[in-house]
Parts: sequence; C-alpha cells; structure tokens
Amino acid sequence: MSATPVTPADVAGPPLARPRRGVRSRIKGWPTSVKVGGVIVGILALAALFAPLIAPYGPNEIDPFALLQSPSSQHLFGTDDAGRDVFSRALYGLRLDIVLCLLVTYVPLPFAVLVGALAGYFGGWVDTVVSRLADIMISFPFIVLVMAIVAIVGPGIEGFLIGVPIAAWALYARLARAEMLIVREQPYMMATTALGYSKTRAILKHGLPNVIRPCLVYSTIDLIGNLILLAGLSYLGFGVQPPTAELGGIIADGQGYLLTAWWIATLPGLVLVLFGVGVGLIGEGISDRGLERGER
Amino acid sequence: MSLLEIESLRIEFPGEDGQLVAVKGVDLAVEAGEVLGLVGESGSGKSLTCRAVMRMVPAPGAISAGSIRFDGADVLSLDTSKLRDFRAHSVGMIYQNPFGSLNPTMRVGAQIAETLKVNRGMKRDAAKAEALALLERVGIEDPEHRYRAYPHELSGGMCQRVMIAIATASSPRLMLADEPTTALDVTTQAQILKLLARMSAEEGMAMLLVSHDFGVIAQACDRVAVMYGGHIVESGPVETIYHEPEHPYTKALLNSVPELDSAGNVQRRAALAGHPPELSDVIPGCVFAPRCEYARPGCEAVSMKLEKVGPAHDSACPVRPFADANSKAKAEGVEA
Amino acid sequence: MTEVENVTDLGSERARLLEVDSLVKEFGVRRSLAERLARRQIDPFRAVDDVSFTLDRGEILGIAGGSGSGKTTLARCLIRLIEPDGGEVRVDGVNIRDHKGPELRELRRRMQMVFQDPYASLNPRMTVGAALHEAGKVHERPGAEDEGAFVSRLLGLVQLTDRIASRKPRELSGGQRQRVSIARALAVDPELIIADEAVSALDVSVQAQLLNLFLDLREELGVAVLFISHQLAVIAEVADRIAVMRHGRIVETGPTQEVFARPKDEYTQALLRAHPHPDPRMRFAAS
Repeated sequence: MSATPVTPADVAGPPLARPRRGVRSRIKGWPTSVKVGGVIVGILALAALFAPLIAPYGPNEIDPFALLQSPSSQHLFGTDDAGRDVFSRALYGLRLDIVLCLLVTYVPLPFAVLVGALAGYFGGWVDTVVSRLADIMISFPFIVLVMAIVAIVGPGIEGFLIGVPIAAWALYARLARAEMLIVREQPYMMATTALGYSKTRAILKHGLPNVIRPCLVYSTIDLIGNLILLAGLSYLGFGVQPPTAELGGIIADGQGYLLTAWWIATLPGLVLVLFGVGVGLIGEGISDRGLERGER
Repeated sequence: MSLLEIESLRIEFPGEDGQLVAVKGVDLAVEAGEVLGLVGESGSGKSLTCRAVMRMVPAPGAISAGSIRFDGADVLSLDTSKLRDFRAHSVGMIYQNPFGSLNPTMRVGAQIAETLKVNRGMKRDAAKAEALALLERVGIEDPEHRYRAYPHELSGGMCQRVMIAIATASSPRLMLADEPTTALDVTTQAQILKLLARMSAEEGMAMLLVSHDFGVIAQACDRVAVMYGGHIVESGPVETIYHEPEHPYTKALLNSVPELDSAGNVQRRAALAGHPPELSDVIPGCVFAPRCEYARPGCEAVSMKLEKVGPAHDSACPVRPFADANSKAKAEGVEA
Repeated sequence: MTEVENVTDLGSERARLLEVDSLVKEFGVRRSLAERLARRQIDPFRAVDDVSFTLDRGEILGIAGGSGSGKTTLARCLIRLIEPDGGEVRVDGVNIRDHKGPELRELRRRMQMVFQDPYASLNPRMTVGAALHEAGKVHERPGAEDEGAFVSRLLGLVQLTDRIASRKPRELSGGQRQRVSIARALAVDPELIIADEAVSALDVSVQAQLLNLFLDLREELGVAVLFISHQLAVIAEVADRIAVMRHGRIVETGPTQEVFARPKDEYTQALLRAHPHPDPRMRFAAS
C-alpha cells in the first residue's frame, strides 16, 4: 500500500456533468421540435379541455336563423346547415377525438410492449408464438382489420376502441422485441444475472425502461394515425355517430358544401392537421433526443 | 523544408454552450522518410490531427485555424480536384477497424484493383496483376486464392494487410496510420508493425503513426510527439522521450505503461490521479497543471508553447522538474 | 491437464476457493444447406476445451489469450451466464452446475463479474446510488437498509466521492464507470471478482489507477481476482499466477514471473516475443 492515504477526489476526479441544472435549462435541453410541438399540442389540448368554458355555444345548439353563415365575429368558424356553431363543434369534437385517441393508443401500449419485450428476452417458443401472432396481425391492412371488427361489434365508439388495439399491438410488440434483443446482450443485463437478480426484476426494472423509447416515438405517429382513422371512420358513419360532434363527422357533413360553405369542412380540418403536426414534432424530438444521448 | 508541416492547427466542434476546441494550436513536422509517432490518451486530439492532414475531420468538427503544408503546397486551400489528387497519390491512410474499413460486399482483390484503376489509370488486366503483386508484397500467402476472398473470410490481420496494400498502391510519400494495430492480437500486431517498417524503408515513405500504446510507438517510430488536452506537450527522438522525458505528463504516462518486468513483483504504481480533460473543460494556462505534482504558482499562466530543451527535443513545461536528473544521467551514460 | 501447484504452498484445502475441472463449452456449427443435405458430420466447435485450474482465496490469477482463445466464454461459463456442456465448477467444493434457484443465486453472489465495456455495463437509466443499493437490497446484505451509508461505503471502497451517487452513467468518465461496476460487484460481498478485460477499454493512466484498485481490494477485503486480459504486461502488473489460453485450452500455467522468464509452451513464447516493449532500445529484431 502506498504511504500516503488516497483521498477519493484525488484519484477518480470529479463527475463530468456540471451541477444539477434547474428546470428551465432542462427544458432548454430538449430539441426545438419538441418545444414547438409541445406548444401547439398544449394550446390545442387546453382549448379542447376547457371547451365547455371557451366554446361560445353548445355543440348541438341550433340557431335556425343562422344557417350556413360564413365566419364572423359571432361565429368564428361560421355555422353549418343545421345552424350549429362550427367553432364550438370543432372544440368539442377535438376534445372527444383527443380523449378517444389517447385511450386507444396509450392504454394498450404497456401490454403490447411487455409482450414484445418478453418475446425478445426469452426467445424460444414464447418468441415464436408472439412473433407469429404479430406477423398475422400485421399482414392485415390496418384499416380493413379495424373495419372488420367494427362490422362485428357494430357502429359507434366501441368498435373503434376495441378494433384499434387488436390491430395495433403487434407493431409495438415487434418494436419492443427488436429493442430487447439488443438490450439483452448488453453487459448491464448480463450483470443482472451475475448479481442474482430475478428475471422479473431484470425485465421490468432494467429491460423495459431501455426498450421503451422507440415505442414511445412510434406512439406519437400512431396517435396521429388513430386520430385520422377515427375521423375517417366517423366520416364513413362507423365511428362516432351523429349528432355527437367529432372532427371527422363535421368534415363529412361539410363535404357536400365544399363549394358553397367551405368553412364547415376546411376549418375543422385545419385544426386536425395542426394537432397532427404538433404531435409529430414531439415524436421527432423524442427520437432526436435519444440519438443525441447516444442511445439508438 | 519538411515533407509535412503543420502550424498552429486548431480544430473545433460546435457544442451546447459555444465552440469546443479539440486541437488547440498544434505545430508538427514530418521529414521525408521518417516515422513520427503521435501518442496520447482520450481527448488529446491525436486522431483529429492525423485526419486533418487529409482534410477528413469528421463533421461537425472543422479546422478553424492554422496551416498544413505538404511539400510546400498549402493543403487547406486545395480545390476539389487537387484535393482528390492529393488524397489519391500523395497521402495514404489506414484505420483502426480492419473489417469496417473494407467494403464487405466486394472481394478484396477487386478493392485493390479499383484503386489501381481509378488512381493509377491501369487497365483491368494490369490492375489485377499489380494487385496480386501488392498482396504478395504485404505478406499475404497464396495471393491468387485470397484475391477472390471477401473481407469477412479473412482474419483481422489479413484485412489490415489488404488495407495497407490499398493505401500504398499509389506509392504515397506519406502514410497516415490511425491506431492501425489496436484491434489486432499482439502477434499479428508485431507482424503488421514490421511490415509497415519494411515498406517505409523500402519506399522511402514517411509515416504519421497515431497510437495510445507507447509500446507500439517505441517499436515503430523515429520521433514521437506526446499530446494532451489538444496540445503537443513534448516532442523529440523516441529514445530521448523514453529515457529523458522533460514534461511531467510524459513521465507520468510512461510510468503508467504496464511492464512485463513487473511480473513476480506486483505492487501499486504511483498512478496519475484524475482523468484526461473533457473537450468542455477550459483549463487556464497549462492543461496538465491540475493533475501535475510539480505544478507551482505561475502554471496557470503558461502558454503551452513548445520550447527547445535539447537537440530536436521540445517541451511545453517551463518548470522542467527533471532537467537536472536528465542531464546527470546523460553525463553518466545511464538511464535517468 | 494436471492440477497447478499451489505456489504459496499453503496446501490447505481451506485456502482453495475455486476449482474448475475439465470444463467444456461447445457451439454448434451453422451448417450450410448443402452440408445439411449431404448429411456431413461436422464437429461442434469447442470454445472451452477441457479447462482445469484452481484459485485460492485472495489470489489474483491472470488468464491471458488472444481473441478466439475462449477466455471470455470461460468466464461466462464459470457463473453460468452461458451453460457449460461438461466439467465442474466448484466453489468451496460445491459444484455450481448442480444447483438452481436460491442456491445458485447464493453461489453466484460469491463470484461477481466486471465487464469490458464501461459504457454498456451500467443501466443507463439508473443512478449510481440506485444501482448499488439495488444489489445490496436484493441480496439482503447487512447495512443495505440504510441506503445512504451503504452506497457511501461502497463508493469509498472504489475511491469515488458521494457526489457520484446521484449521477447517471452518461455523466461519468470510463474510469469512473468501471469503478462503479466494481462497486456494484462488491455490494454483494463477493469472494471472487472476475474481471473480463475490465481495464482494456481505458486510457493508460486510468488503467494504472484501476490496477492499483484491484490490488487495494485484494489487500483490504481479501477478495480474489480472476483477471482476464489479452495484454500480458497488464497481467504482469497484478497477477500472482497466470494461465495462458489458446483455442480453448490452457497451454501453460504457473507463477507469473516464472512463466514470463522461462516460458515452456511455444505459444507463450510467441506472445512474449511479440510484446512491444515501450523502451525503444528494445525493438523487435528486424525479421
């Protein structure tokens, strides 16, 4: 042993990072896309959340003397053929859309990711079963599958809420499985075996958190897709039933009036697009952040 | 006039809070036919300096100041076609990862022939014949057979020989070797180092050899420059640097090198505390001062300029803690 | 393969910690379709081919070999990260291959591993303190109830300050990460640390610090080390004895000084001849 005692700071050197940064600079650290996307989504989501307070009229409030009026200070988005204020309908519609799509995207996600992670971790027959099932689900065109389920269950929100997870889980499972195949070989996972940790702990505590990033990134794209799907289904009459306000339904109703009362289809459509862009930016930002940090 | 002259080279990267300087003003010269080693640890800037010679600093890094002259000509102002010509004929480069540096979908013979066709304007048959000759020159047995092999069918050492064949195909006057043996077994490493020495001598080819391994440097180089934190801290003939180092970092680095002779006499070494500086660390004065046991007041104002301390021997340390021991040892004719 | 003589001449069975006996690991060779059709018999590839050696308490044994020598596969077989195909691994006489469940966990606790890649050896999402504490908690080590003190003591053992506990791995240097990996191994009070190229990815000056650390740990805690490396000089700095591996077999073994001074096997001789001496006056003879 050397004569002089070695003090820790001497030998190992200080940690690399500067001291813990405040909340402000931590937000600054995120890529611009997340911030811009966050603002867009934030504003729209808040507007949707406070729809009952913000909307000047009820979603089904009829003013028989104000049919098909173009946008004005009284009716920001104009009125439709039944005298309903399109702006209020758009707000309520966005609200319903956001809630339904969040439910249908994020409630099944943890289960799908877990199934995929297990398949990746264990391999063998678990992997074979899960992968073959996933292959079958993926080989169906997504919309066709959802519509088939809607046809069985019947029109209405239930069809959407059941059909989408059944069709979509496979994609998340596949992503999670692929990530897990890589994570499984990392020394820190091998260390969990060497340290005698249970497989449960290894998978849940060490595996899943490192597997989830690509799934979260994909979920933002999925969310937009589901939004459009719901709008499309409602447009076709299979999703949300009239007279409940829903962006797709409003667009469908406005379709016949494109040349005469363009505002009915177009303005709510813009809201839909804007929301989609915001979510997409967030997803891209999460992905970039992972790349910056040297994760894949 | 030296074959390669680098002056005040500065290489920067964009960082979160402003520019990060990876190479902070490096002066370097390589004479025709000599082998100069660049030794250093992480963050020393040795690899970037090497790549800068071919203007191949990876984006988003960029050369922000300084000059590089090859045979008198300014490399940094070459236009695209002259730069291609420079890279094709004057300078060759070999890299650390033997497999990654060869196209995995192309047979190795074809890869050598390609460079002959493109850079030396040979026709197909002549190129193949020359490629076979090159394979033999770099010591690959059964060249006819190996010509048709894919990289993954060859060992790391053989791939490295192929890379050397490609790099020397145009008889460059300067070879840049960036950690060429790090990924190889020690026996293969010895063979490759001998091959490089032989080719350098036969072709009169100068070489800039970058390595973190002082053993490799000692075996292959005539002169060595020691880099730390983006600066050259000492340079001189390799024997002088090993036996009479002037800079405290050089001495500490040499003390850290593990030795076979320690076998049977296992004991703690006096190890250097801390770790090499990060790009983002801004250290006033001498970059090594925070870790230096000979640091004294005034070291925070040192300019890191190389000063002559002996024949062809420069050091950036004005304190010169070993100067007396070194000159005494030289006088007595024994190691310091 | 004969048993290696116990250099310290203790002779006592109590000193023996680990006995590896005729260990074998085979990998099936991927056969091409043509080979399968022709029903050609291809011998499986033996990554570990009948390996035997012993390790005493507090001893540092170096395992040297190039790539493809099987040394990493050997290390993984010892703790059954990979399942061996033959032979025995006995810790204090107990064969680790005979056990599973809690007994296996207990045996594994006694032989911890430190891996080569500092950047992938730690869970990027966990703070250092959480990772160290988890190890102690899972094995119910005494003192693990007090997270702060437990983590602090471990960090002190590897010469890191308490500040490191709240850091995530990406905020640490390579040398610091390896120290944390060693601390995690120490958290479960092992008797043996298997260092699989644990210093190979580090800068030379940092490597020297880590080698000192292994020596300190052996002296302070009495922990034995199985030090795997492709660099002979590194092994020379820490190991009492050395075993040289080639193609899955141990070709020579003995006290480090003895093997380096009078190598009997030609592969060992080739390795020693090829070693690049840092003294320029000792260059390879021109071939």
